[in-house]
Amino acid sequence: MVENRPLLTFFQHTILIFGVLLVVFPVYIAFVASTHEGRALTSGMLPLLPGNRMIENYNTILFGGMRQAGGVPVALMLFNSMVMALSIAVGKIAISLISAFAVVYFRFPFRMLAFWIIFITLMLPVEVRILPTFEVVANLGMLNSYAGLSIPLIASATATFLFRQFFLTVPDELTEAARIDGATPFQFFKDILLPLSRTNIAAIFVIMFIYGWNQYLWPLLITTDPSFTTIVMGIQRMVTVAEGQPQWHLAMATATLALLPPVLVVIVMQRLFVKGLVETEK
Amino acid sequence: MHKRVTFKGFAFPLALLAPQLLVTLIFFIWPAGQALYQSVLRQDPFGLRTTFVGLANFRRLFADSLYLNSFQITIFFSIAVTVLGLVLALLFAVMADRVIKGANGYKTMLILPYAVAPAIAGVLWWFMFNPSIGILAYAARGLGYNWNHQTNGGDAMTLVIIAAVWKQISYNFLFFLAGLQAIPKSLIEAAAIDGAGPWKRFWSIVFPLLSPTTFFLLVVNVVYAFFDTFGVIHATTSGGPGQSTNILVYKVYTDGFIGMNLGSSAAQSVILMGIVILLTTIQFRYIERRVQY
Repeated sequence: MVENRPLLTFFQHTILIFGVLLVVFPVYIAFVASTHEGRALTSGMLPLLPGNRMIENYNTILFGGMRQAGGVPVALMLFNSMVMALSIAVGKIAISLISAFAVVYFRFPFRMLAFWIIFITLMLPVEVRILPTFEVVANLGMLNSYAGLSIPLIASATATFLFRQFFLTVPDELTEAARIDGATPFQFFKDILLPLSRTNIAAIFVIMFIYGWNQYLWPLLITTDPSFTTIVMGIQRMVTVAEGQPQWHLAMATATLALLPPVLVVIVMQRLFVKGLVETEK
Repeated sequence: MHKRVTFKGFAFPLALLAPQLLVTLIFFIWPAGQALYQSVLRQDPFGLRTTFVGLANFRRLFADSLYLNSFQITIFFSIAVTVLGLVLALLFAVMADRVIKGANGYKTMLILPYAVAPAIAGVLWWFMFNPSIGILAYAARGLGYNWNHQTNGGDAMTLVIIAAVWKQISYNFLFFLAGLQAIPKSLIEAAAIDGAGPWKRFWSIVFPLLSPTTFFLLVVNVVYAFFDTFGVIHATTSGGPGQSTNILVYKVYTDGFIGMNLGSSAAQSVILMGIVILLTTIQFRYIERRVQY
């Protein structure tokens, strides 16, 4: 703060409080709705304070599911989402680490070509190649499987670039020392580079976990079997009912459960999250 | 920038690259090639015969009023999402940058929506604006406006814009805050000593120095509005009512996946590919000055 202007400070807090309300209000309302009886929501005004049906509602949805949405228990959806998010995050980190290692620490023909092929993935989001990608996955027999949910998404240009940038800052003296001591490239990677990359790996993990958890179009395309429904896509079936009102109290309980894991990750690992976000993009 | 000290070998580094390259070739480059190939073909309605039609699919698209309408809607939607998202986030970031007490609390709350999937963000706002039970629809009625996004296209568009902006505020906020904190305090102090007030300081020093960040965010937000908002639309309006929120990515999906119109969907994919390639190129040309690959 350059100078003391109490009025300006007051104004700033007002704006920020408005911002926080804007951000938190929808989540709060969803939570409140998830703690009431279905009837309380459909008859007139929505209550603004939590009700007393929280345990019943979450119990119903977690283990019974919702009939309109195929009756898949939300616990299973959460499990599917968790498997998908973790496989994507771990897969992306693993293959990006080894590709960055290859590109930085070796001189070999077609090195730049390989680099460009990886770069191209940035230009081809799923949204622009929906049908042909679906065909490939179908031909490989990967529809309705965890492999199909995760493997096609684990190529990562951003993670590869980040690890590459980081490896370039590792002093050459370390490599020389390792070589003099007779370390193989693999030993150097495992015993020196990996431990040095710990913070970067953690930061990327946070970002990629959220990315994987929040996937929507992809699971929608390649799962037809309801038992592979992920929670983020499952919510759609609960709120788009042909006639009448959806069972909002149950849908909002599901929405709360769907946003809880990534929100917790962001809040608990805030510093790593910010680092990962700002560095992967630059 | 290259390493001075490297290892020898050809097979080993190639084996290290293999998983990434295989996934990219099988799930990215091959399907993209297929989309290009199918965009010049046309199938008969029963899928029995396929003929080469050249650019006819593209010509048909640009003569199709539904497609042109979807294009217009997408452009309006992207501009609205980008401008609103940037303005709000910049406002919050400037305020959070100056405030000392409680700054971290505000920051933690403001980054929360980043973690929420676009589809979930859509459903949360959809619920609050629900014409019969939503709290905001109720408030709108109180102000004399009869909100109904199920029948009114304008209301539906407003709803998806709000949901899309809400989700993106955190991202913009974090980048603006990082940009603001990189501005040397001495510049601001010098201006303050010369008698410039906060308003003047912002427009003549802070805002120009932020322009690289703003430009970067501009591109990222347009890409977001074009491609990542599929979930917002699909989970709430489904493109309706009456095409009013049928943005391009949603149309590709419905035409190809539900309407099974392969040629047209492939041509739409190719056009979207062109847009995303253009935007990514702009983004990387600009970043290249600071980061060297």
